[in-house]
Amino acid sequence: MKPSIQINQIGKTYGDVMALSDINLEVETGELFGLIGPDGAGKTTLFRILTSLLKPNAGEAWVEGLHTVKDYKKIRRIIGYMPGKFSLYQDLSVAENLTFFATIFGTTIQENYHLIKEIYQQLEPFKNRRAGKLSGGMKQKLALCCALIHEPKVLFLDEPTTGVDAVSRAEFWQMLKRLRERGITIMVSTPYMDEASLCERIALIQGGKILSVDAPEAITNSYQKPLYAVRTADYYRLLNDLRDTDFAERVAPFGEFLHLTTREKMPEQEIKDFLLSRGHSDIRLQPAKPTIEDVFLDLMQTT
Amino acid sequence: MRRLLFIVRKEFIQIFRNKAILPLITLVPIIQLIVLSYAADNEVRNVQLAIVDQDHSAYSRLLISKIRASDRFILVDAGASVARAKEGMQLGEVDVVLSIPPQFEKDFLRYKSGEIQLLVDAINGQQATVGAGYLSAIIQSFSQEIREDAAPMLAVQKRAGPQIKLEHAYWFNEELNYKHFMAPGIMGELVTILVMLLTAMNIVREREVGTIEQINVTPIRKWQFILGKMIPFLIIGLLLLTIGLTAGKLLFDVPMRGNLIVVFAYCLVNLAAVLGLGLFISNLSDTQQQAMFTTFFFVIIFILMSGLFTPIESMPQWAQWLTVPNPIAHFVNVMRSVLLKGSSFSDVSYNFWVTGILAVVFNFAAVKSYRKVV
Repeated sequence: MKPSIQINQIGKTYGDVMALSDINLEVETGELFGLIGPDGAGKTTLFRILTSLLKPNAGEAWVEGLHTVKDYKKIRRIIGYMPGKFSLYQDLSVAENLTFFATIFGTTIQENYHLIKEIYQQLEPFKNRRAGKLSGGMKQKLALCCALIHEPKVLFLDEPTTGVDAVSRAEFWQMLKRLRERGITIMVSTPYMDEASLCERIALIQGGKILSVDAPEAITNSYQKPLYAVRTADYYRLLNDLRDTDFAERVAPFGEFLHLTTREKMPEQEIKDFLLSRGHSDIRLQPAKPTIEDVFLDLMQTT
Repeated sequence: MRRLLFIVRKEFIQIFRNKAILPLITLVPIIQLIVLSYAADNEVRNVQLAIVDQDHSAYSRLLISKIRASDRFILVDAGASVARAKEGMQLGEVDVVLSIPPQFEKDFLRYKSGEIQLLVDAINGQQATVGAGYLSAIIQSFSQEIREDAAPMLAVQKRAGPQIKLEHAYWFNEELNYKHFMAPGIMGELVTILVMLLTAMNIVREREVGTIEQINVTPIRKWQFILGKMIPFLIIGLLLLTIGLTAGKLLFDVPMRGNLIVVFAYCLVNLAAVLGLGLFISNLSDTQQQAMFTTFFFVIIFILMSGLFTPIESMPQWAQWLTVPNPIAHFVNVMRSVLLKGSSFSDVSYNFWVTGILAVVFNFAAVKSYRKVV
């Protein structure tokens, strides 16, 4: 079966600035695919190429078998796109925005209500409120509704959870899961590494290049270096002390712990002794399970 | 079609939600119409005139009293010294000096001619030349009068020869009412400018806010999007004209001699042209500020070269050519011709044609420059 999204050697430059280079990806139908990378990694550029808003300088891409440059008119009928910046009419109400986008796609809210029902029910109490006056989470829900109202086959969501509170973010991902069950292919980008594990497969992207593509667990499992979670009474001094040592390859803050990657496997006691010698107290040290963030930082360092 | 109607509906909702737009399209035109019609008055009054009477004769006093009777002059006291009057002119307190030399009456009776000097400050050209014109007319009639008056006293009886007497009749505006002349032009100008500004700001606002990104991934066709933006402003433009005409009739009793259908029909063509230009500017701009300044550039040139305040016929030839692609110039001309002269469609068909061509060109440019792909 043909993949839902196929990207072959896509490259894009803005003047002298390279935004994307040699991107190759395949996303299966009905997959929830994540593009994970920091700001400026090229995620938005890739989205704009796939949604036919931007022409690539090199390579080609297909969405549902439609060429992003040649078949741009057809593509626009079958995709839903939610830009990173809130792009609905702020001076129109919730209901007016939804009706407008439904009409533009030649459909009605009633016809596709089943698709947006769960999300729209939460918005219903505010349906006469101007979109500009909604909270961040509500705005995202409305934008998702507008992107879904024409029953797209592929959904492109560019950083849908940026600037949204933790509860709304969790809700949002729940919604995506349910949409996936309907067979809609979803490509979503996020700068939050913790959201990566919610996708079926992810691509780590940095500096316009793809570092790795796989299922989140496979990616974390690929991390073979010894990793420890460390914590002492003095967090900041601990960070500096560990960074000064020869045995540490990388020390990165991770919540209330530090993630310490050592160059070679070494006994935990050896590390504890070192910390004691530096006068640290309340030492807690345990082997850690690698996260996407660890892999990402590692890949960034090696490339 | 349903899609187009919805875009139009959406635009209308947005326009009437914008708190600035409603007063902008109702109150502002009326205020401007009133202010500009009164202020843009070409009639010259209040010419500062210094009369230096060195003769103090019956004739000189007769001339002065005739000048006093006209309400166009403000007499500035300069005593009997030409030098002092000239000083006043230096200070800008005097526009025209009328100097009556000593012996004026005597010379006139003796030699059948008298000399009077007019000194005109040409810095304020219009005030001075028109003022001097009025003054010479008064002097002309004065000279006629004294000649008849003095005829019996003059040594040689003057034989009544054939004489050409000039009389003016102001057609289409008998009382030379400047408000009647200005108001129709200002209406045309106002409709054009407001509509152009509103449209120029429109698409660029969608770009600035980011909504264009969402619109661009939809199957909206270019022409639907642009037409959807134009129709509401077309309607607003016609509404503006109606408000303007009503205000003109009520406030200044502007005559409406021609067929108003011609005016509205022309307005429609004109708006199509202006809208196209506005959208074109909007498409080329990245921010509302850029669009505003570009529009401003065009608006200034359009107004100053529209024939509204200075007649096109008195511009140099190259400037006259420049008024051809100026929609305001055509609008002003149509408004004046139809309202004041009662011109019919065929009289102003030239304006229709040129504006129609402009509309096609501008709109073609607007559709072409609107890119759905970056």
